[in-house]
Amino acid sequence: MGKMRNIGLFALVAVLILLTGVLQSWNSALLILNMGLVSAMMAIGVNLQWGFAGLFNVGVMGFVALGGLATVLVSMPPVHAAWRAGGLGILAALALGAGTIALAIVLVRRMRPGWLRTLVLIAVLIAGFIAYRAVFDPAVAAVERINPAGTGYLGGLGLPILLAWPVGGLLAAGVAWVIGKIALGLRSDYLAIATLGIAEIIIAVMKNEDWLARGVKNVIGLPRPVPYEITLQRDPAFVERAAALGLDPVTGSTLYVKASYSVLLVIVLLILLWLAQMALKSPWGRMMRAIRDNETAAEAMGKNVTGRHLQIFILGSVVCGIAGAIMTTLDGQLVPTTYQPLRYTFLIWVMVIVGGSGNNFGAVLGGMLVWFLWVQVEPMGALLMQGITAGLADGSALKEHLLDSTAHMRLLTMGIVLLVVLRFSPRGLIPEK
Amino acid sequence: MSGSAYQDDRGNKDRSITKAGSPGSATGARRKGTAVPAPGGPFLIGENMTGGYGKGPNILENCTIAVDEGEIAVIVGPNGAGKSTAMKAVFGMLDLREGSVRLDGEDITSLSPQDRVAKGMGFVPQTSNIFTSLTVEENLEMGAFIRRDDFRDTMEQIYDLFPILREKRRQAAGELSGGQRQQVAVGRALMTKPKVLMLDEPTAGVSPIVMDELFDRIIEVARTGIPILMVEQNARQALEIADKGYVLVQGANAYSGSGKELLADPEVRKSFLGG
Amino acid sequence: MDFLNAIVALSNFVLVPAIAYGSQLALGALGVTLIYGILRFSNFAHGDTMAFGTMATILFTWWFQSLGISFGPLPTALLALPLGILGCMAIVLLTDRAVYRFYREQKAKPVILVIVSMGVMFIMNGLVRVIIGPDDQNFADGNRFVITARDFKQMTGLDEGLAIKTTQGITVVVAIIAVGLLFWFLNRTRTGKSMRAYSDNEDLALLSGINPERVVMITWLIVAALATVAGVLYGLDKTFKPFVYFQLLLPIFASAIVGGLGSPVGAIAGGFIIAFSEVTITYAWKKVLTYLLPEAWQPDGLVQLMSTDYKFAVSFVILLIVLLFKPTGLFKGKSV
Repeated sequence: MGKMRNIGLFALVAVLILLTGVLQSWNSALLILNMGLVSAMMAIGVNLQWGFAGLFNVGVMGFVALGGLATVLVSMPPVHAAWRAGGLGILAALALGAGTIALAIVLVRRMRPGWLRTLVLIAVLIAGFIAYRAVFDPAVAAVERINPAGTGYLGGLGLPILLAWPVGGLLAAGVAWVIGKIALGLRSDYLAIATLGIAEIIIAVMKNEDWLARGVKNVIGLPRPVPYEITLQRDPAFVERAAALGLDPVTGSTLYVKASYSVLLVIVLLILLWLAQMALKSPWGRMMRAIRDNETAAEAMGKNVTGRHLQIFILGSVVCGIAGAIMTTLDGQLVPTTYQPLRYTFLIWVMVIVGGSGNNFGAVLGGMLVWFLWVQVEPMGALLMQGITAGLADGSALKEHLLDSTAHMRLLTMGIVLLVVLRFSPRGLIPEK
Repeated sequence: MSGSAYQDDRGNKDRSITKAGSPGSATGARRKGTAVPAPGGPFLIGENMTGGYGKGPNILENCTIAVDEGEIAVIVGPNGAGKSTAMKAVFGMLDLREGSVRLDGEDITSLSPQDRVAKGMGFVPQTSNIFTSLTVEENLEMGAFIRRDDFRDTMEQIYDLFPILREKRRQAAGELSGGQRQQVAVGRALMTKPKVLMLDEPTAGVSPIVMDELFDRIIEVARTGIPILMVEQNARQALEIADKGYVLVQGANAYSGSGKELLADPEVRKSFLGG
Repeated sequence: MDFLNAIVALSNFVLVPAIAYGSQLALGALGVTLIYGILRFSNFAHGDTMAFGTMATILFTWWFQSLGISFGPLPTALLALPLGILGCMAIVLLTDRAVYRFYREQKAKPVILVIVSMGVMFIMNGLVRVIIGPDDQNFADGNRFVITARDFKQMTGLDEGLAIKTTQGITVVVAIIAVGLLFWFLNRTRTGKSMRAYSDNEDLALLSGINPERVVMITWLIVAALATVAGVLYGLDKTFKPFVYFQLLLPIFASAIVGGLGSPVGAIAGGFIIAFSEVTITYAWKKVLTYLLPEAWQPDGLVQLMSTDYKFAVSFVILLIVLLFKPTGLFKGKSV
């Protein structure tokens, strides 16, 4: 019964995407499918944290953005001139900064509390900051002077972009470890505000540190794991095959590229889903749920609750980081200004809640379904508005205003979807067993 | 995972988004009902009460507790005997499956705790019985919240009864000592000028000296003419001041009688008063 | 003389803007802290509630302007403010009836309400963008300055000018009035005390005959008023843009948490702490230092500790430092 229903729900998503292909275009359908798959991965990440451990991460955007950053750091060619000009300086400055913080932590741990400790601490931090800026600023200026219009940054490692996917996860893991260590280690838990803050900081760093990934000048032309359309179009064999399917070379090549991505994404999603399911069913997963359902009892049995929470917070963030790297790979460019909390944090939450907190399949379904709505609400809204405003005279201010406003209908719709599901099906479409 | 999805917070304890502690539970038994005239009988009686929390098993089995005007009635018994539960049942904080509660010639079984307060019940819970962040005086004012008349006289009377409260009336109640807090709690309940005062273990967690003082105060309150129904852990001392005593065992009346009778009863002495 | 100049420069670029910004944050944080104290959750829709109230005020301002009504040297928006507050109260009460009340009846856990508030946030955000659009709206009119830099220089003969914008003056005055009214209400009136009592101990408040629905309704009304005032003051001082208001959520939450969630005094203190640290750390100190230091020591660079884009980072670090040393915030003892 439940199983049939779930299969039905997934079939519904498939039909919706197929309908898009038939009614709009297969390119749009594949685009929705691909981003839906990525969204499903993000939802799995958030579901690990919220569904299995009750951790409230409202900084998903930050971890997704870190994944994006990883693609640049791994796959773009290194800018040798920039490295020669200031690469070492920047590395040295970062090491200095990290050293200062490490020294401060040691001081806090080793020295007895008191005014002397405070004084020494402040002195170390100020001296460290001045030294850091003294090394950092000229190095950054030197790097950013090298061909600012084209590069102006250190570049990446020039490795295959597929490597960036796990690296994105690693970056996210590192940041999640620091955040979790601080926010979960406090006497009470402050994860929500900590993640909200760190996400904004990550975005601020990506926008401002031009030496790192060109900031708001964006990095375009990221390498691809799949062939370029233009290469395909020049390949006579491909053109022939496309023609056999009744497609012109341009359409054929774009479809081929998107479909290749789809295959890659389905593989990654299935791996993640399998891992998440295995984790859930393992003794470790059972313990996570035991802690979630009765933390006091788990603590009394000697379980290290904070430690477990830290683990699952890192794991969930890793999944978001990987998904972020994949998403940037799909886009082929890193544009820091596109990272918006409504889209990359709160929309993922809608996906998890709508899909069903605590259920990995629910997260996947929620990710695909909500993403479909997010994309399609706009054309549907436009259609609706045209219907509503049909009676109004062309060129009337109200009519134009209403037609313009369809672009914002999707936010409204997402809110309504979330509230309706919470109200009438609070466990989500595929509830936790 | 049991219960409503809305009660499932997945163990989240994030203090940056949610306030600690559970939302009010006293509303659990918010029934809309009216009082029915039922003349005769003692001033306050919970008669043949049977019931438990929610859909759980019965904690009370055919339990009867009563107090008459000018009396102190005390409920004693071993741990887990259902003493506090009996008190809460009288106050309407759990649903009775059988039995009734009558106050001053009215059947109030279907009234909510809030409505019972309006009918003249004053209740002092065992824990969290004061507003810690409010001053002593504000605590008393909140006690009188349902009164729309001038309650300054009542407040003066309470200050006369508990002089220490007058002294500390501008201080936050949470900063007071345990015994003083209990006085605030009793004073708060007295602000409605209740017809009956119900105290749930008023001496829990205070030192023996403070306990003696609290008992003295309670006798003083009783002398002002308010009947008192009280649950007590310190059975011997409580029975000494009691006009009427109830010994509960497993939610049912085991012994009852005047305080002196119970203190003299060898069975009671042996089982509950340590010889 | 140099010392005076330094003080004036400091006031002009740091103190005055920080006081104005701090007042705006404090008003915003008060709303968050009240909801937290009474309804037990952090309202993610608060930034968008501010945006909605501000939008309502802007619409009324435009209407007044079209009628030719103005407020002399003061912005017309001040006249429209009460109407904007009413508009915001209406939407907030409607939301409570249509959305939140159901979960109260279900005795939903607070974290569920947090998720619910996310939904409300989406809806309000969308609503504001649909009605007024996502773009900047500048709605300040009247005199721009209480005192201009040039007047100040002429008056005092100093090299440095001190400019105080009308909006900054209004911000401080209105904030003081609003906070004064709020504290009078909470500490002196029967209803206000019952709100504090409810926030302190829900069960006991119920036993005392305090009606929770009434407390909740009054809380929403106050929060709507505070949010609208905060939003309008911020919009007058800077500019109105829906997305910016959404982003204010972080410094506002940070203020409320630094002060100790649930504590109104804490919210105000937190607002100013966050505002002052943001402004001082992102300010280029070169000018002030040039006046103060002997010639040989004068800095070459801007002496800006961090670029202004990192102001969120500042709120965040302050928050972490406070939480590391005082895990419940600065003023936890005195909750709502």
